[in-house]
Amino acid sequence: MTEKRDITLNINGRDHAIRVEARKTLVDAIRDDCGQTGTHIGCEHGVCGACTVILDDVAVRACLMFAVQAQGKRIRTVEGLAEGDRLHPLQSAFIKHHGLQCGFCTPGFLMLAVNTLERQPDIGDEELLDVLSSNLCRCTGYQNIITAVRAAADDMRRAGAAG
Amino acid sequence: MSHGYPTPPRAEERRVLGHPVPRIEDRPLVTGHGLYAGDVSFPHQLHMRIVRSAHAHARIVAIDTAAARALPGVVAVWTVDDIAELPPIDFRDPSAEALKPYRQPVLARGRVRYVGDPVAAVFAEDPYVAEDAADLVDIEVAPLPVLMGAQELGEFDDGRATEPTIVRHSFGDIEAAFAKAHAVVELDLTIGRHSGVPMETRGAIGRYDAARDVLELHGAAKVPHRNKDTLVRMLGRSPHSLHLFEGHTGGGFGIRGELYPEDVLVLVAALRLGRPVKWIEDRREHLISANHSRHQHHRVRAAVDPQGRLLGMEDEFFHDQGAYVRTHGARVVGRTMSMLTGPYKVGAYRAVGHFRLTNKTPAATYRAPGRYEGTFVRERLMDAIAARLGIDRIELRRRNLIPGAEMPFTVEFDEPGAEELVLDSGDYPALLDKALAHFKWDQVLADVTRRRAAGEAVGTGIGLFVEESGRGPADGAKISVDTDGAVEVVTGGASVGQGFATAMAQICAEQLGVDYSRIRVVHGRTDRIAFGIGAHAARATVMTGGAVNETAIKLRQKALQFASELLQTPAEMLDIVDGVVRRKGGDAGPSIALGDIAKRVAPGAELLHGREPGLSAEAWFHTDHTVFPYGAQLAVVRVDRDTGQATVERLMIAYDVGRAVNPMMLEGQLVGGSIQGVGGALLEEFTYDQNGEPLAVTFADYLMPSLRDAPPVDVLITEDAPSPRNPLGLKGGGEGGINAVGAVIAGAIDDAIGIPGAVTRLPVTPPRLKELLRRGAP
Repeated sequence: MTEKRDITLNINGRDHAIRVEARKTLVDAIRDDCGQTGTHIGCEHGVCGACTVILDDVAVRACLMFAVQAQGKRIRTVEGLAEGDRLHPLQSAFIKHHGLQCGFCTPGFLMLAVNTLERQPDIGDEELLDVLSSNLCRCTGYQNIITAVRAAADDMRRAGAAG
Repeated sequence: MSHGYPTPPRAEERRVLGHPVPRIEDRPLVTGHGLYAGDVSFPHQLHMRIVRSAHAHARIVAIDTAAARALPGVVAVWTVDDIAELPPIDFRDPSAEALKPYRQPVLARGRVRYVGDPVAAVFAEDPYVAEDAADLVDIEVAPLPVLMGAQELGEFDDGRATEPTIVRHSFGDIEAAFAKAHAVVELDLTIGRHSGVPMETRGAIGRYDAARDVLELHGAAKVPHRNKDTLVRMLGRSPHSLHLFEGHTGGGFGIRGELYPEDVLVLVAALRLGRPVKWIEDRREHLISANHSRHQHHRVRAAVDPQGRLLGMEDEFFHDQGAYVRTHGARVVGRTMSMLTGPYKVGAYRAVGHFRLTNKTPAATYRAPGRYEGTFVRERLMDAIAARLGIDRIELRRRNLIPGAEMPFTVEFDEPGAEELVLDSGDYPALLDKALAHFKWDQVLADVTRRRAAGEAVGTGIGLFVEESGRGPADGAKISVDTDGAVEVVTGGASVGQGFATAMAQICAEQLGVDYSRIRVVHGRTDRIAFGIGAHAARATVMTGGAVNETAIKLRQKALQFASELLQTPAEMLDIVDGVVRRKGGDAGPSIALGDIAKRVAPGAELLHGREPGLSAEAWFHTDHTVFPYGAQLAVVRVDRDTGQATVERLMIAYDVGRAVNPMMLEGQLVGGSIQGVGGALLEEFTYDQNGEPLAVTFADYLMPSLRDAPPVDVLITEDAPSPRNPLGLKGGGEGGINAVGAVIAGAIDDAIGIPGAVTRLPVTPPRLKELLRRGAP
């Protein structure tokens, strides 16, 4: 069980050469071995979504897979959203619309929303709510999260049209 | 201090206080740079894993740790024998002697009393190895009878009953009230066992700095200073040699940041093992070991006159405390009964609260402790009285509300030591009117009637409540301006994610005349300030905000005095705008930035003339009063008769907060609290089987509201009754949102299914609602 393997995780475009047991979860490896602690652990059984990261363009729960399974894939975490000092439209919208309180679930919601809006910029509102209902937040009552994501979706569509 | 402060200005007359400005804490949180307990690590740290009881009640026969100790990577395995000298987890406040034998030991001592009770602690090089080793600890037990109901009385240990205390509150002649009653309405009500369940589980990191002889606890929350006091007592260290550090906190809600066995263990282990020790709880552990709450069973009755006026109210209730008495003692029982009459005038009152132990996870405070429970009981009673007498439920409430003209209104209890309530300010009937108008009550009723005629099961509910906040006695703050003009506010407050730093920065900025977003707010650090009230019972804004206000005023005067001397201008003619002292009423004339003043008052500066150097101040806010915000909640609920599913279509809260520091954050608190209330009303429950095995141990069994369960919450904030008990007129906003939600949803479900008084138990899960529909009218 304790035999370790050498793997490389590519997180936000940077390679992290690490040595982990096969049983180590992806989220533990991202946090403890790669030092990217912005991805949080809320339940370790795939319900809350606090650990959501984007793996090759799909939002996944990093507590439900092993680090060794992510070898060779592109991992995106909350640390990779901003470009320098420039926040991602979703990050700005969460601040502007008070879409966070304690902030613990926020990285998971951001990655879920980023992935959704990148894949389906014109997603319908009902479908958007369905997607967002897959993560849990205990502070906000969700209202401002919805407002923030809708606002960012508009911003991103406008930016996309302009670009 | 008991006399009133003048009415404070409204936001329109303020620069930043009272305005919905963005939070200063958000940027690190949206970029992944927060510092939650799990993010704290020290070189060479060990990882702790707790071995927990799998039995609800048993005698420990033997604990075999040999196999665990033999596992490579394991450094130590402790049982109670290794920490025999440690006292049990102590109460925060002095508590009745009678409660002491019921405190929780740091590790189980001879007996386990609930599934989840810590029995042993494993320390290993790696968290996975610690968990492997924990599985190898073999606990041999002899099962004991399991007590699962608070209405039954059992034996805690030799000669000690499972009822540590009975709490009583009364006033007036209750017998006479019932003797002359036109009608007596009686109810049997239960509030389910649920809790705060923050998204971040608990965590604690102990570190001993041998170079400085300081023992450090990281991952602290809520009441770091108060917990430090308790730890100093328990560990016998001097206060200067033990410090607590709060980073970011992933939700508090009353349960996080209490002192738990794990906090003590990481500290003792860090000392003895000579390495930092990190413990991060997993979700299953959290659900069976962090504080539960709420669970009470009430038998309540009211004596009313023909108009429905409350002549008397009598309540006997059983509080299911779980296996031990934790840091609050019997506080929740006391708060339940002191606030039970809420916004109403009651002729006579008698409440008896049985504080009972069972073989469940111990309980304590959760957001609006005793009030979510008490409001459910009181407002169910008001609905029942209205139904019995055929009086409209709004009209019945209106007849009983304390009139605005009678404020401040004192509720004095007969029992010696029972704290009187002095409801400081408010116009409850006026808020009710505003709430109904905002909700468009008449239109909603007409709409509901139309939908019902079309066959839908849809109904409305209302609940009125009083909250308490800002309990004293005192809190202090230090503010300093550095030579760059940046401001640091050091408080003894704590942040549980509610926007504490922003609120403090707004108060400071308003008085000092600086940009709030450039203020650094320190909280939860016992090494930076000696005293602190923390973040509990909605104290932070009122108490710490009061202290920051006093301190900022003092610092402003100091800055203006120095500037007056430097600019050769009378201080009365000067103002501070955006961190620059200048003449009032324009840009003309000389000016000086606060940072430059700070440079000019360094030690040895000529300007000082014997005054203390530095542009800084320290001050205190004292109060011997609690302040009472109040509110009304309304809901529309639809019931699916086939599935028993209740859907909250609309929720509204009207809340008078005196003066809001930041309406955006206050609204966030009220909406978030409301949705947590929906959880307790419809979804969340810690259930057990008859052997005491917990059945809600994952998020698949303990159901918290998801986005699809969360109705839109409409918020009406009013500022009609600023508190006369503090200079800013503030009242707390952290707990109001959840207060009446259970009551309101229960009333709306009754209304929807057309069975008055149907709901007597929360949460109203689909099977329970199906059963109510099957049984029909009572």
